[in-house]
Amino acid sequence: MKKIFLFSIDLIIISAFCFSIYAQTPDRTKPPQLSAPKKLTLPAIQQFTLSNGLKVVLMEKHVVPLIQLNIIVKTGSVNDPENKTGLAGLTLNMLTEGAAGKTSLELADAIDFLGARISANAFVHSATISLHTPLSKFDDALKIMSDIVLRPDFPQKELDRKKKDRLTSLMQAHDQPTAIASVAFNQILFGKEHSYGRMTTEKEIKSFSTADMKNFYKKYFVSNNAVVIAVGDIKKENLKKKLEATFGKWQKGNVKEIKVKEPTQIAKRIVYLIDKPGAAQSVINIGRIGAARLTNDYNSIVVMNTLLGGSFTSRLNQNLREKNGYTYGASSRFLFRPVPGSFVAASSVQTEVTDKALTEFFNELNGICEPLTDADLNRAKNLVALSYPGNFQSVSEIAGQLEEMVLYNLSENYFGEFVSKILSLTGKDVNAAAKKYIIPDQMIIVVVGDRAKIEEGIKKLNLGEIKNLTIDDVLGEVPKLDK
Amino acid sequence: MKRVLALFFILCTVVSAQNQIKVPYTRYVLPNGLNVILHEDHSTPTVTVNTWFHVGSGYEKPGRTGFAHLFEHLMFMGSGHVAEGEFDKLLESAGGNNNGSTTEDRTNYYEDIPSNALELALYLDSDRMGFLVDAMTPQSVDAQRAVVKNERRQSYENRPYGLSEETILKNLYPPTHPYSWPVIGSMTDLSAATYDDVVEFFRTYYVPNNASLVIAGDINPKETLKLVEKWFDGIPTGKPVAPQNPAAVKLNEEKIVVMEDRVQLPRLYMTWITPQKFAPGDAELDVLASILTGGKNSRLYQKLVYELQIAQDVRSSQNSSKLSSQFQLVATARAGHTLEELKNVIQQEIDKIKNEAPKERELQRAVNQFEASFLDGLESPSGFRGKADLLNSYFYYAGDPDYANEDLARYKALSVDDIQTAAQIYLPNNGRVILSIVPKGKTDLAVQPKAEGK
Repeated sequence: MKKIFLFSIDLIIISAFCFSIYAQTPDRTKPPQLSAPKKLTLPAIQQFTLSNGLKVVLMEKHVVPLIQLNIIVKTGSVNDPENKTGLAGLTLNMLTEGAAGKTSLELADAIDFLGARISANAFVHSATISLHTPLSKFDDALKIMSDIVLRPDFPQKELDRKKKDRLTSLMQAHDQPTAIASVAFNQILFGKEHSYGRMTTEKEIKSFSTADMKNFYKKYFVSNNAVVIAVGDIKKENLKKKLEATFGKWQKGNVKEIKVKEPTQIAKRIVYLIDKPGAAQSVINIGRIGAARLTNDYNSIVVMNTLLGGSFTSRLNQNLREKNGYTYGASSRFLFRPVPGSFVAASSVQTEVTDKALTEFFNELNGICEPLTDADLNRAKNLVALSYPGNFQSVSEIAGQLEEMVLYNLSENYFGEFVSKILSLTGKDVNAAAKKYIIPDQMIIVVVGDRAKIEEGIKKLNLGEIKNLTIDDVLGEVPKLDK
Repeated sequence: MKRVLALFFILCTVVSAQNQIKVPYTRYVLPNGLNVILHEDHSTPTVTVNTWFHVGSGYEKPGRTGFAHLFEHLMFMGSGHVAEGEFDKLLESAGGNNNGSTTEDRTNYYEDIPSNALELALYLDSDRMGFLVDAMTPQSVDAQRAVVKNERRQSYENRPYGLSEETILKNLYPPTHPYSWPVIGSMTDLSAATYDDVVEFFRTYYVPNNASLVIAGDINPKETLKLVEKWFDGIPTGKPVAPQNPAAVKLNEEKIVVMEDRVQLPRLYMTWITPQKFAPGDAELDVLASILTGGKNSRLYQKLVYELQIAQDVRSSQNSSKLSSQFQLVATARAGHTLEELKNVIQQEIDKIKNEAPKERELQRAVNQFEASFLDGLESPSGFRGKADLLNSYFYYAGDPDYANEDLARYKALSVDDIQTAAQIYLPNNGRVILSIVPKGKTDLAVQPKAEGK
C-alpha cells in the first residue's frame, strides 16, 4: 500500500521548518563560501578465490536490490590472429548465440523473462561477459551466465547470420563521417598492421569459421585467465557459495601473454583529407601517440587534458564553440592502454570554417605548452578530484572502476588515494606533461568533409603535406552480401 | 512573514518488503510558487540539483521553432551577478558537472556536485532564474545561435537519416499543433530569433511558479530547505502560464512519404498518433513495442532480422509526451531488399496481433523487463537519468513525484487482451505516416503509394 498524506487545501505549516527569515536579499556579489568536501568512503573491496583458483573481486552495495557481475577474460582484439581481425569480438558475441544445447532464441527468452541483461563483448585488451540483474533473479541468471561462459556451442547457423550483420554494419559505416574519421585516424597513427590500428575487412569477416571461434575460446577461456567482478546487494559468503556451484569447476589452462608492440611516434605533420561530398560539417581528428596507462605521468596528463579538451570550460571547447561558434563541441582525450594509445583532439565543424577551426586547434595545442595560471590549474585539478565520487554510484559504474583496478594491477588503496594525489599536482607537473605529450609539429590531421569546399583553405594554412583519401581507402569497398 | 509549506511528507524505505518501489521525498512550495522536492541518499558524498521549467518547444510561437532549446543554451551564458563563462567555471572548480536538455514539454537542468558545493549550485541556479536577462546581450544570443546551428548540423543534417523526425512530425500533425515541428527547430527560425524574444520568453516561462526544483543526494533536508529559501525566496512570482489547449488530433489517412539521403541502405519509418503519457493505452503501447521489437524473441525482430534476414535492424517505441504520443516502428533493409518487402512483413505481424491476443509469456516477459528497469532508475540521483530527474518527471507528468509504483502498476495490471485491443484501436492502417528514406536515386526501394503486396 502506498501512503500519501494529502493535506487539506489550507496548507499546513510544519513549525520545524519555519526558521529564520532572510530579512534582506542574500549577498550575490560573490559566490558562497564552501566548506571542505567530504571524503568518499567506499565499502571494502573484498577479494577471494574459488577452489579452482578463479579470482573474485567483490564490493557489497546494499542500496538497491541489484547485482552486477562481470567476468573479465584477459583477451581482446590484440589477440586477433593475423588476417582474422575481429575474431575476438565475434567470438564473444557468439557466446550468447547458443550454449549448453539451448538455442540463441531460448537463451534470449530466458534472460529477457528474468528482466536481466547479459552481454558479451571483446575490447582491445579485455573481454567481458556482464550480467545485470535484480537480486531476486540472481540464481537463475547466474545459471544461464555460466552456460554462456563455460558451455558455448558456436552454432554454424548463427555465425552465418552474425556475419551478414557484420558485413552490413561495415557497409553502413560508409555513411558515418565520425566513424570514418576515427578508423582513418587509428589506421594512420598506429599503422594497419598494429593491433590498435587495424580494422576488420570484408574478406576477413567472410572467412570466419566456427572452428576459428572454438580455437579462440579454448585458448583464452580458462579460469586462471579470468576474474569475476561483483558489485551489489549480496554478502561475500553467499556469493562465494553461488559462484563455487556455477564456476568452481572451470578448468585452468596455459595462456601465453601477447606483448603488444610499442607504436612508433609521428615524425612530421601530415594532413589526410577524406572526401565526403555534400557534408554539412567537417569531422576533424588531430593527434599523435599518447601514453601508457601505468606511466608516472598519468595524473598530470589527466589534469592537463581536462584543461585542454576534457571539460566544458576546456580551452578547445571555449575557443571553438563558445568564442567562435564553429561547432557544437570540441574535445580531446588520451586513450590509456598497456602500451601507449592515442591522444586525439576532435570536433565536427561547419564546412565553411574548416580552415579557421584548424588554426584555432593549433593555437590551443601550442598554448597548452605555455605555463598555466593558478586559476586554470586549480579548476582542472578540482574537477578531476572532487567529481571523482560520482564514478561510484551505480553498480555497473563501480564494476567498471574495479575492472580497471584488476586489469592494471592497481592497489586496493588506489581509489582512496586518487583525490589527494591529483590535488597535490603543481603547475610545473602539468606543464611538463603538456610539453612532453602535446607536440603540435608531430601530429596527424584527419579531416572528413566536402573536399571541393575545404581543400583550398586548408592548403593555405601550410600545416604540412596534404594527402587525399577516399572513404573506400579507409573502410574498403562497400561489402557485398552473398545471397 | 515568509512561510514554508510542507505539502507532502513521505518517509519509507526505497524498496519495501512488498516490493513497492518508493523514492521518499518531502515537497514544499515557496511563496513565489516554486515547487521544491527533497530526497536523501547518502551513498556517496554527492548532491544533484535538478530544475525543470515547464516549457518546451511545444510553447514556441510560429516562426520561432527551436527557440526553447536556444534559450536553454543561453541559461549557461551568465546572469545578473555571474559573469559570462563563470557559471561553468565555478561549478567545475568545485568538482561539479552540469547540463540541460529540451523536449516538446519541458526544459531540464542539473548540476551534479560534491555535497559541500550545494550552496554554490543554488546560488547559480537562483541567479539565472531571477536575473538571467540582466546579463543577456544580443551578442550572447548570436554566440549560442551559432552553436545551436552547429548542433543541428552535427546531430541532424550530417547524420545519416537525420532529417526523418522533421519530416514525420510535419506529416503527422497539423501545422498548428505544438508537436508538428522538432525541438531543434529550423535554420530559418533560429536565424530569426531576437534578443527581445529572449526577454519575453524569460518573463513568461522562466518564473518560479512555472518551475520545480529537486535536490537529491547527500543532504540534510532541513538545512537544504533553509538554503533554498535564502536563494530563491526573493525571486518574484510570474503570471500563471496559460495551459496549452490544442485541438484533439487524429490522422484519417495513410500518408506515404519518400526522402532521399546519402545512405547505403533504405530505412522505413511507420508512425501513428497515440494516447499521451499515462493516458489509457500508453502502457499498452509500451508493452506492444516490447512484444514487437524488444529482444530476439520479439515478433518483428525474430521475423525480419533473425529468420528472413531481410532487415539489419528493427525497433519500435511509444514516445510519450504531455499532449500526444507517437508509436513508431523503424526498420533498415538489408542490401537487395525493398522497404515494400519490410512493410508487408510488418503489416502481417500487426494484423496478427489485432486478430489474436499475444501469448501470456510474451506479456509477462515484457512486464518483467519494465519492472527490472525501475530498479535501475533508483541507483543514482545524478544526471538526466537519475532519481532527481525521475522525481521531477513524475511531478510534472503525473502530479506526484513518487509515482514509480503507480507507473509500474500500470504494466502489471495489463492482460493480453488489453494489448490486442490497443493494437486494434491505436494502430489503424488508414491513419499513419509511412516514410521511406532511400539512397539517392533509388526511389524504387521505397514503399510505393497504393501498392498492395507483391
